[in-house]
Amino acid sequence: MAKIHVSTTINGEPTEFLCDAADSMLDALRDTLGLTGSKEGCGTGDCGACSITLDGRLVCSCLMLAAEADGHEIETIEGMAAPDKLHPLQQKFLESAALQCGICTPGMLVAAKSLLERNPNPTETEVRFWLAGNLCRCTGYDKIVRAVMETAADMREAAR
Amino acid sequence: MNDQSNKWIGKRTVRPDGADKVTGRAAYAADATMPGMIWAKVLRSPHPHATIKSIDTSKAEALPGVKAVATAADFVDFPVDTPVPLGIQDMRWMSRNMLAKEKVLFHGHPIAAVAAINEEIAAEACALIEVEYDVLPFAIEIDDAIAKDAPILHDFMKFDGKPSNIAGTLEHTLGDVDAGFAEADVVIERSFTTKPVHQGYIETHACVVSVAPDNRTTIWSSSQGQFMVRAMTAYLTGIPQSNIKAIPAEIGGGFGGKTIVYLEPVATILSKKSGRPVKMVMTREEVMRATGPTSGSKSTVKIGAKKDGTIVAGQGTFYLQAGCLPGSPIRGAAGCAFAPYDIKNVHSFGYDVVSNRSKVAAYRAPGAPIGAFAVESVLDELAVELGMDPLKLRLKNAAKEGTKAAHGPTYPRIGYAETVEAALKSEHYNTPLTGKFQGRGVASGYWFNAGGESSAQVNITEDGNVVVTTGHPDIGGSRASIANITAELLGINYDQVSVQIGDTASIGYSNLTGGSRVLFASAMVVTESTEQVIEQLKGRAAKIWGIDPSQVVWEGGEARPMGEHSANFPSMSLEELAAKANATGGPIGAGSQSNTVGAEGGFATHVCDVEVDVDLGIVRVLRYTCFQDVGRAIHPSYVEGQLQGGVAQGIGWALNEEYIYNKKGQVDNPGFLDYRMPVCSDLPMLDCGIIEIPNPKHPQGVRGVGEVPLVPGPAAVRNAVHDALGIWIDDLPLSPPNVLAAIDANSSLQAAE
Repeated sequence: MAKIHVSTTINGEPTEFLCDAADSMLDALRDTLGLTGSKEGCGTGDCGACSITLDGRLVCSCLMLAAEADGHEIETIEGMAAPDKLHPLQQKFLESAALQCGICTPGMLVAAKSLLERNPNPTETEVRFWLAGNLCRCTGYDKIVRAVMETAADMREAAR
Repeated sequence: MNDQSNKWIGKRTVRPDGADKVTGRAAYAADATMPGMIWAKVLRSPHPHATIKSIDTSKAEALPGVKAVATAADFVDFPVDTPVPLGIQDMRWMSRNMLAKEKVLFHGHPIAAVAAINEEIAAEACALIEVEYDVLPFAIEIDDAIAKDAPILHDFMKFDGKPSNIAGTLEHTLGDVDAGFAEADVVIERSFTTKPVHQGYIETHACVVSVAPDNRTTIWSSSQGQFMVRAMTAYLTGIPQSNIKAIPAEIGGGFGGKTIVYLEPVATILSKKSGRPVKMVMTREEVMRATGPTSGSKSTVKIGAKKDGTIVAGQGTFYLQAGCLPGSPIRGAAGCAFAPYDIKNVHSFGYDVVSNRSKVAAYRAPGAPIGAFAVESVLDELAVELGMDPLKLRLKNAAKEGTKAAHGPTYPRIGYAETVEAALKSEHYNTPLTGKFQGRGVASGYWFNAGGESSAQVNITEDGNVVVTTGHPDIGGSRASIANITAELLGINYDQVSVQIGDTASIGYSNLTGGSRVLFASAMVVTESTEQVIEQLKGRAAKIWGIDPSQVVWEGGEARPMGEHSANFPSMSLEELAAKANATGGPIGAGSQSNTVGAEGGFATHVCDVEVDVDLGIVRVLRYTCFQDVGRAIHPSYVEGQLQGGVAQGIGWALNEEYIYNKKGQVDNPGFLDYRMPVCSDLPMLDCGIIEIPNPKHPQGVRGVGEVPLVPGPAAVRNAVHDALGIWIDDLPLSPPNVLAAIDANSSLQAAE
């Protein structure tokens, strides 16, 4: 079967790739484009380790077909930091030990960034429910939730 | 070491591998690729129990794109009657778990593997393999496996002289329990069950393996020990260890489940046969069906006490599921269950029971949470019966320095009583619960902790910085802790220390990341190596100054002359000494290898508050505090992380996690949607009460911390649910259907609603 040609934008870069009709966006990112920061923990949309944004909307890339990226804008973990500066969430995760093994971290950061873009002042409950689609087995979520709340406060302060 | 003067030990430094992990750069096993790489998939058994009559792979081999097919016949043969021990594993069982030989023993048991140019063709070829089975009756639950007419999994296994599914037993005896119970004023006896639960690491098993025509083998995989991967691959494939380089990828969680191999030897044989690098990545469903959860169990515990709360006897019988091949953690269940207490008469007995389930693997303090669940639950009832505060009951019977434990040791200085005292004094324990159907539970726990083999190399770079290499995959921040210790010892800046995990060709043998041993053991060899480096640095300075090395002191990251020479020479920094290294004797560095001892056990006490929705049966954890003696918190954030992570797993085990089997002997919930681990919105903040009673047998006072935090959890939650509802529920999980059933069976509670 002929491959499908996809023209998309990934982390601000115009990008073209070929895929099979059945390929997920996660397959295209990891195996075709070499962007292995997005992880596959389940392939069924239950763990959130593959979280990316599609036109600013948080999605599980394992549940999205690669062909659906055509004409849209994708953001992945690889696009989160500037060359010389981490995103405030990345920096806070480091400083507050909000990661252990790190496999859920890319998805967790992409999801947390998406939350703060919508809600710069989330309550603990809002953070917990927003991140409920991102499984972490190492941390018990305590330090992750704190890091997101503290980053939100820092970013609000910086925006004043 | 004086706490006040510590510059790095006890500091919350930024982990050396952190920036890679928050930017997506960190390379886990499934992120690896090699030129010319192909993909392999595994054919798995559709039956829970069957004899394999024949395997015909010819159609699979003929499919275009297929490069190699492997079955058990391609691996080293280990006859069932000759043990081949490797650590706590036996290669007879490991080989049969990796690929079925005489029989398939569980639904999902690997039978053959195919390597092809892509995953789709490999999967298609697997479906073309023709296997002829003689289907056998099966047993899933313990009671079915030990019933008189149970289907026997292994003909060679005998118990009491008869074919049996009991693979082994373990017994601990201290004093005379019958005499002890005769002295008791109160005796409580209860029986419990727990379900198998999976470690739940988010990263599935994965590897890339390349075998050159001369058998030189490179393995890139995710495991809790690259040396374990090398050894097991060598055993199972027959390739000598010296020809195998096992490279530890970053590991996406293990919790014990990655202390054995499933894929690496298979990929090795497929690579050898195909001449191509081979990649294998399990799906989540494969992980749930065919990798080891920890045991399900049934147990009975009886405890007798005097009216004043003195426990006079404890007896426990623990049946643990091993899965399809021997090796359940009965030692952890029977050995740890009574270990927090000073009890004169103890009898503890464990049965290792095989059934048609996937073989169990280690899970965070293997077996100990099962033993603790039973003992800590009975203790709670005992406290109610005696009218005593449950923590005061535990404190009255707390093991201390000099206590003889039933599993063997006489304790040195330990911090168990301190964990109970801290809980008793805590704001948490002293804040009353006010809501309806709210309750508070407590429980304690013990884990052996381990020492064992570790190697380290400490090298000074030409520009005066430090590279430390150890042999343990870093799961929870151990690199940061090693950097803290090295910087402290050398008196230099934390940022000057880089910590690497060596592959099997670049660092000496190092045992698994497991048993809560990594920081304990690697800190010992890193300390020895660093001390040797300091001696070298002093020698170099002495040479430059033309004085005796005994007249040089290392302080604050500098060599300084002492005594009569103290004013004669300016001190020399690490950078200056490194620059002159070639003129003073060559590169500066030292290594150390050791079989470390003195780990000593760890203790924790947990306090848990819950609220039960009696209409829906949902138990919500409102507040949780974990008090633990950690010896010395080298990096407090990652110590807290271990505590919080263990607590979350304990809550999951207590409330929702379980393997659900259907009538066909298949797991019905092999994914994260139906195997319900705690998600972020399920949990409150998890508070930590870190208690530091330094381990007298360790240079920095370290005790293992990683496993104990799981041990008390299930009992603490269960006891809290009793406090909330007034019902003792003895079977885990306390999931909504089970809690509702318990409420429905309790008429007084229904009346109270």
